[in-house]
Amino acid sequence: MAERLIELRDISKSYGHVYALGGVNLSVDRGEVVGLIGDNGAGKSTLIKILSGVVKPTSGEILIRGKPVTGWNAARSREAGIETVFQDRALAVQQTIVRNIFMGRELTGFLGWLKVNKEIEEASRLMREIGFTSKVFTPQSIVGQLSGGERQGVAIARAIYKQAELIVLDEPTTALSLTETAKVFHFVRQVRASGRSILFIGHNIHHVFDIADRFVVLDRGKVALSADRSEVKSAEHLINFMEDVAHPGGLAGLHDAGDAEQRER
Amino acid sequence: MSKTMEPDLHEPSAGIPRPSPQKAWKHPSDHWVRGFILDNRASLGTLGVFIVMMAAFMIANPTVFTTWYLYRSVLTTLPVALFVVVPLVFVVTCGEIDLSFPATMGFASWVFSLVVQAGYDPFLGIVAALITGMLLGFLVGSLVVYGGLSSLIATLGMNFLLRGLIQIINEGKSMALTSLADSWAYTIFSSQLLGIPVQIFWAIAFVVLSAMLYNRHRFGAQVKVVGDNPDSAQQMGIDVKRVRVKVFVFVGIGAAIAGTFSVMINFTWWPTAGDGYLLPVLASVFVGGTPTWGGIGTVVGGAIGAVTVSFIQTGVVAAGLSGFYVQFFNGLIIILSLLGHKWNQARYR
Repeated sequence: MAERLIELRDISKSYGHVYALGGVNLSVDRGEVVGLIGDNGAGKSTLIKILSGVVKPTSGEILIRGKPVTGWNAARSREAGIETVFQDRALAVQQTIVRNIFMGRELTGFLGWLKVNKEIEEASRLMREIGFTSKVFTPQSIVGQLSGGERQGVAIARAIYKQAELIVLDEPTTALSLTETAKVFHFVRQVRASGRSILFIGHNIHHVFDIADRFVVLDRGKVALSADRSEVKSAEHLINFMEDVAHPGGLAGLHDAGDAEQRER
Repeated sequence: MSKTMEPDLHEPSAGIPRPSPQKAWKHPSDHWVRGFILDNRASLGTLGVFIVMMAAFMIANPTVFTTWYLYRSVLTTLPVALFVVVPLVFVVTCGEIDLSFPATMGFASWVFSLVVQAGYDPFLGIVAALITGMLLGFLVGSLVVYGGLSSLIATLGMNFLLRGLIQIINEGKSMALTSLADSWAYTIFSSQLLGIPVQIFWAIAFVVLSAMLYNRHRFGAQVKVVGDNPDSAQQMGIDVKRVRVKVFVFVGIGAAIAGTFSVMINFTWWPTAGDGYLLPVLASVFVGGTPTWGGIGTVVGGAIGAVTVSFIQTGVVAAGLSGFYVQFFNGLIIILSLLGHKWNQARYR
């Protein structure tokens, strides 16, 4: 069995009286691609923000390689080898590509002075690696001048710079063209081939079905399904299941009554 | 939706030949002059405004504008403004504003004067003033950042509060520091070198160091990112609050130096020390080409802006116009510069 990289135990998050997450368990093993699916408002983004340390959970435990963490925040999350490509890409659009790639992780030498040339070198290497090359922009181009797909490339380049162990992709194919989407999938396969893990969040079930080893369906703040690829026959199967979750009793479900019970509020 | 509509996800752009590393990253405007102009257009624009303004003054009154005395008087007072304009560029880039620096100037220079009056070495006074400036900057910054207050209003309040405190304790009385003239500190920081006021050399050194901090240091990089997109900065693990407090501390340090220099020029500390700098300094930052929305800015532009603003007052009077024209020309230069910068720089979102 593969090593357990990260585990979220019984994570809850409430904003006032509104529960965004109610006791979610999620784990990712080394070299595994986990697809996280769910409707809008299911709590996917909240869960990702907790994993990346941006949002603090109301209750629950986070374990990295089996060890519980304390003082979890964004900096700790990145130190632990978790890199997130956020849905909004989290770029500073008035800054250069270099500054965005090294945001919060500047390459510095003596007394915090930047190693500007090294940063430019590394940035151009990363951008080539990702395959988002262009003759029109350089590492010192302003991100605001780039197209959506190119911006996504910058966000991904930032995520892979430090050989992260888990890369979280939050809706990475939203608003991308077909070729750009293909590039993202190519990237996911590359990462898996190198033995690293991916948590892939998407609402296009076909996309998720194509690349994930395991599926986790989130519904109204709870895990409605966690299934290995072998247990799910096709993407249509997953879609049927999700429709069943959204409208209980309407269509034949994928799973048994045990899960249905968990779904009820 | 059938599978046929999906892109071919398994065979990505493998057949496309990869461009060679050197060629792929060649800048389209590869001539260094063009690149330099594009990278520095805000400060170059400010320089253009300054040159045009000076040319107009010189045509209006060539005799006065070719005498050294005029420039020497500007070079004595300009450094005081530079020490606060430059840190304010950092604050504005960070998406904040600090209106409390005049009171910090007054407060830090008060501490300096107290130490000197008590008979201690002025160097000790300078150290005390710097510590005071840092503490006040930290206080103002913490109030804004951890109190979650609007920096515009909170720093305005702190300016009144600190100035009020100075007035209450001193009851309007000034302090004469005649012993300063014989001190080493005066020779080093306030004398003349080859007929040039020595303050300007310190101010230039400060501007150069700050420009390097802004462009080549982690501090400047994080200030820009925080001003550009604080949410992203936080998601990438930057301690946004700490960066914000740091820029206010930087203003405190600059204001302490500025206040101390102004006392050393006059040998006198007034309870109003620093008050007159509020609006000219703010104008300099924006005339210099730092936009109000945060994320970008220019230290060198701010410094040129300060030079421009200092010359307006001297220039208008020296050109033979009555003092009543000063404010009008101040306003004219500010508006023209803003229009120029608006045309000169695009805002990316």
